[in-house]
Amino acid sequence: MTDMTTKISDSAIRRQMLKEFWFYFSQNRGAVIGLVFFVLLVLTAIFAPLLAPHDPSQQYRDAFLLPPAWEENGRAAFLLGTDAVGRDVLSRLIYGSQYSLFIGIVVVSIALFGGILIGLVAGFFGGWVDTVIMRVMDVILAFPSLLLALVLVAILGPGLTNAMIAIAIVYQPHFARLTRAAVMGEKEREYVSAARVAGAGNLRLMFKTILPNCLAPLIVQATLSFSSAVLDSAALGFLGMGAQPPTPEWGTMLAEAREFIQSAWWVVTFPGLAILLTVLAINLMGDGLRDALDPKLKRS
Amino acid sequence: MLRFIFSKLLYLIPTFIGITLISFSFIRLLPGDPVLLMAGERGVSAERYAQISAQLGYDKPIWQQYLTYLGNLFQGDFGNSIVTKKPVLTEFLQLFPATVELSLVAIIIATVIGVPVGVIAAIKRGSWFDQISMTGALVGFSMPIFWWGLLLIIFFSGTLGWTPVSGRISLMYYFPQVTGFMLIDSLLSGQAGAFKSAVSHLILPSIVLATIPLAVIARQTRSAMLEVMGEDYVRTAKAKGLSPARVIGVHALRNAMIPVITTIGLQIGVLMAGAILTETIFSWPGIGKWMIDSISRRDYPVVQSGLLLTAGIVMIVNLLVDLTYGLINPRIRRQ
Repeated sequence: MTDMTTKISDSAIRRQMLKEFWFYFSQNRGAVIGLVFFVLLVLTAIFAPLLAPHDPSQQYRDAFLLPPAWEENGRAAFLLGTDAVGRDVLSRLIYGSQYSLFIGIVVVSIALFGGILIGLVAGFFGGWVDTVIMRVMDVILAFPSLLLALVLVAILGPGLTNAMIAIAIVYQPHFARLTRAAVMGEKEREYVSAARVAGAGNLRLMFKTILPNCLAPLIVQATLSFSSAVLDSAALGFLGMGAQPPTPEWGTMLAEAREFIQSAWWVVTFPGLAILLTVLAINLMGDGLRDALDPKLKRS
Repeated sequence: MLRFIFSKLLYLIPTFIGITLISFSFIRLLPGDPVLLMAGERGVSAERYAQISAQLGYDKPIWQQYLTYLGNLFQGDFGNSIVTKKPVLTEFLQLFPATVELSLVAIIIATVIGVPVGVIAAIKRGSWFDQISMTGALVGFSMPIFWWGLLLIIFFSGTLGWTPVSGRISLMYYFPQVTGFMLIDSLLSGQAGAFKSAVSHLILPSIVLATIPLAVIARQTRSAMLEVMGEDYVRTAKAKGLSPARVIGVHALRNAMIPVITTIGLQIGVLMAGAILTETIFSWPGIGKWMIDSISRRDYPVVQSGLLLTAGIVMIVNLLVDLTYGLINPRIRRQ
């Protein structure tokens, strides 16, 4: 028996786990489509300067509100048309992908980091520490998220950075709650007691022993929050409280396009479509991740 | 049950204090002098400054200010709007029915469509109906509703010319507010065409607001049904030879509805956030638009109290959801 256990190295176990994960993930066709779209989006964001036919802020004075190339009066140089000040919509959309991904990554990182820290402390120590922390989380959750984010932006001042901070603060309780619940489930397990008896300190127990076993629900929540962050930051941009013009952020583009909804459908349609497809792709991935990571669903 | 209600109420106290603390801190966290903020943008003389400062209690220690703030709240004093000078509570109560009407119609649309779709998708798991409806639900769940609203306006108001673009009713009609619900008031007014006008104004905003809750409810109903249909008591019911309609309607659905009702109740927060966007797009004179306008007009007392009142309502609705949950699921009560 000892022979068997020594033979399987850590990396082999990890490879096996990854293989199993990919097996379940790839069973879900939607998840794979979402992943492919997301990878394409990341590539678009990275190679935006190479892909975009025009500079996103270049104003062509002879091309105000040109329709897409396939419409009458459209020009091949502006595939998806131009906006009210003669900027190429496609190029702005391509550069906009950078903002959406950046927002998602920053918001989820802040919320994840804060939430894990708070949730670990609450779940690990319990007692009054837990009570106080969780009541504070309840208070944050009592506010409709977009409203609280708006008010936070009113305090911090409009802008992309502040919008991201506000959204991260609003999302953070979800991670704290999840971490706490997972920690409370894990901390009485034997492997934790074993580590404790072996002399592990609180910090080691929290971060090295317990946390890695609580990651599955957090990964799923992080994916869902990523898509919500893209949506909410676009909403803040749309309301004039997020990224400010002339930033080619998709929500801000929509806000600028609002007055042309009757006359120039393309300036309204494409930015929204970009938001929808991005959020949809991430949500599809999230569903796949949940199926692959949740052992309860695996068996059914 | 009484004990359950009492314990839930007790639970609310710290949350309530937290909410008031946040709304209390709001004005003090804003960059700049709170007295100048409250006085508006025109600036004030030194005497007027001292006067406002004393009137608002800013010369007192902070804990005393908080207690005064709480005391005022309990007397129904939520401060006055800088812009209109009217009490915030009066404005809130005037606009609140518009948001309630919109939200109620939205949640009814979401439930009436979402629950049957979820049930059928679960029964016919893997069928084309299941796949199409669940893909649709995911699209709805991912929808930027402010864009969705604009698209609907382009198509139904612009291209087809079927619905008006903004407001609650055509300016042609005027009648006194009785209930505050335009659908009911327009009927009561007896004016020909008023009700039709109210409906045509309501239809697009309520569809937009219903989109995300509809998607959530359909998905939740489906997964709750799937879970319940795998339970022993459903298998027993089937084995007893009961008709499929009875097994699904009586044994499965009633138990699956427990989490679904909670989900429906918890949509209130989603609705309030959605109302901000929906009301802005459709110029719907409700709480959401009022809050957005107040933020951009820097009418901070309105933002402060609007935040508090909205959170208070969400809190009360969540309490009601909890109580309903306890009522229909006795196991929860005993915990």
